[in-house]
Amino acid sequence: MIEAEALGADEQRSAHIAGLESRLWRRLRHSRAARFGAAILMALLLGALLGPLASRYGYEQLDWRHIAEPPFAGAHWLGTDRLGRDLAVRVFYGARLSLAIGFTATAVSVVIGVLWGAAAGFAGGRVDGLMMRIVDGLNSLPYLLLVIALTTLFGRGNPYVLFAAIGAVGWITMARIVRGQALSLERATFIEAAVASGASAPRIVLRHIIPNLAGPVIVYTALTVPQMILFESFLSFLGLGIQEPLASLGSLIRDGAAQMGSAPWLLAAPASLLALLLLGLNLLGDALRDALDPRG
Amino acid sequence: MIAYAVRRTVAVVPILFLIVTVSFFAIRLAPGGPFEAPQALPPAVRANIEAAYGLDQPLGVQYGRYLEGLLHGRLGPSLSIRDVQVSELIAQGLPVSATIGLAALAVALLAGVPLGIGAALRRGRALDHLATGLAVLALALPSFVVGPALALAFGVHLHWFAAGGWQPDARHLVLPVATLALPTIAYIARLTRGSLLEVLRADYIRTARAKGLRERQVIMRHALRPALLPVVSFLGPVVAAVLTGSLVVESVFGLPGTGRYLVEGAIDRDYPLVMGMVVLYGALTLGANLAADLLHGWLDPRVRHD
Repeated sequence: MIEAEALGADEQRSAHIAGLESRLWRRLRHSRAARFGAAILMALLLGALLGPLASRYGYEQLDWRHIAEPPFAGAHWLGTDRLGRDLAVRVFYGARLSLAIGFTATAVSVVIGVLWGAAAGFAGGRVDGLMMRIVDGLNSLPYLLLVIALTTLFGRGNPYVLFAAIGAVGWITMARIVRGQALSLERATFIEAAVASGASAPRIVLRHIIPNLAGPVIVYTALTVPQMILFESFLSFLGLGIQEPLASLGSLIRDGAAQMGSAPWLLAAPASLLALLLLGLNLLGDALRDALDPRG
Repeated sequence: MIAYAVRRTVAVVPILFLIVTVSFFAIRLAPGGPFEAPQALPPAVRANIEAAYGLDQPLGVQYGRYLEGLLHGRLGPSLSIRDVQVSELIAQGLPVSATIGLAALAVALLAGVPLGIGAALRRGRALDHLATGLAVLALALPSFVVGPALALAFGVHLHWFAAGGWQPDARHLVLPVATLALPTIAYIARLTRGSLLEVLRADYIRTARAKGLRERQVIMRHALRPALLPVVSFLGPVVAAVLTGSLVVESVFGLPGTGRYLVEGAIDRDYPLVMGMVVLYGALTLGANLAADLLHGWLDPRVRHD
């Protein structure tokens, strides 16, 4: 009887979650910012994936007869750089690499952050105090500067060092969010009811905790991606990230800034692509947050 | 309040100690050393040089010596720039970095807070759209895009300001300060707007209005102080962001600040220089966080009793 009631509560909950999902979609579809952001992102993703394939130039292929050619002048759509490499291809390759690093680093930071925050929140007491003290300590560090020093020391341009360094920065806020959510879930009456009705621990985690953590985690994940891309570009701009002949948006902006007097298009193309990418991701993340906000 | 201030200040010391310790050993873990590249020295010469800098001692001894020096205010000699103390390099670069950073911080506060207040009070009107639009733009335009773009437009093409280089005058200051301040303005404006809107919904604001106070008094006397608390507590992260941004700005505009020493020192394995930068930037960040905490405690008595 009690088991049956708990089952009923479970079904209500999943029905509630399904309702939340459809409401989420409805809200997202009706948000102008979300549609705009999604359109930008789709265009850029398609460009990054297909653009280099559609061109007959490779990203490190030199064209000595067309060096530093301005855009729309000849065979090269966005012009070429000082080595005669096709800028359009390089920019889309750069976007591809920036996106890949951004998504990987986000995945790393989400995994660490969720595990850390959930462990602290559900362990509670002293363990929680210690784990959150560590997070506070890391947060008050000039963390970015340490990462810059460490990236430089341990291998400039080594993508693995880059992944680790970038991913290690992003997890702190996520850990805080998840921990707060875990603390409030622990005291929630429906968890208590599930425990009282004899639901097993995996069942509680799978049916009750994960669905309730999902909202904030999804929102913050969406907002982490642009931060990670920004951070990678920042490191590459300083010359600490992706190295030649590879290109990321940051390293292209660095090259472009060095020659902006004589060849401004080398700066304009990657800079506007990065700006569009960040704009699209942020608009989508913000819209997601608004759509999941129960007060809205 | 004094007990609170003492407690917060004392809490900073172990964090700074931790930063110094972790960085000291992490830097030494990196492959390579200060006297390897570019030309290989004869082993005997290299051993002599390393002995002169105490690099032949066990790491623990070096660490002890470094801490002792630090307590006496000594950051040690630079290994890559001959006959120069790290403190001299910092003394040369810091005025430039501090001028740019403080100016940007002041501009950001003086522009961001009023913009946020205006946006909150005229919700949905032009000023609000300006503030929200600026916030979205600032997210999409990082300093290493804004900096070169401003230099190109106003320096190279229009010749209004210098596109690079350093003189302590407005011509050279405007573009770096603008680059550094723009994202911070947007950030502060967004924070102020959101927090003021939240406060204006509070019961005591309704009470103040019900008493018949004029709207101006309601805002100035009752709403503004609590609304600015989040801005105050974000002063720490804002200072950290300005410090990081100054790395980009100094590189874009070719300013002789301290930012480049972090990267250059790390590339050259100039251990004392990297450590000096970590200590400097660590102390500045922690100091800003501490100042924000103290200010917060002063403005909001509830904080002191946690």
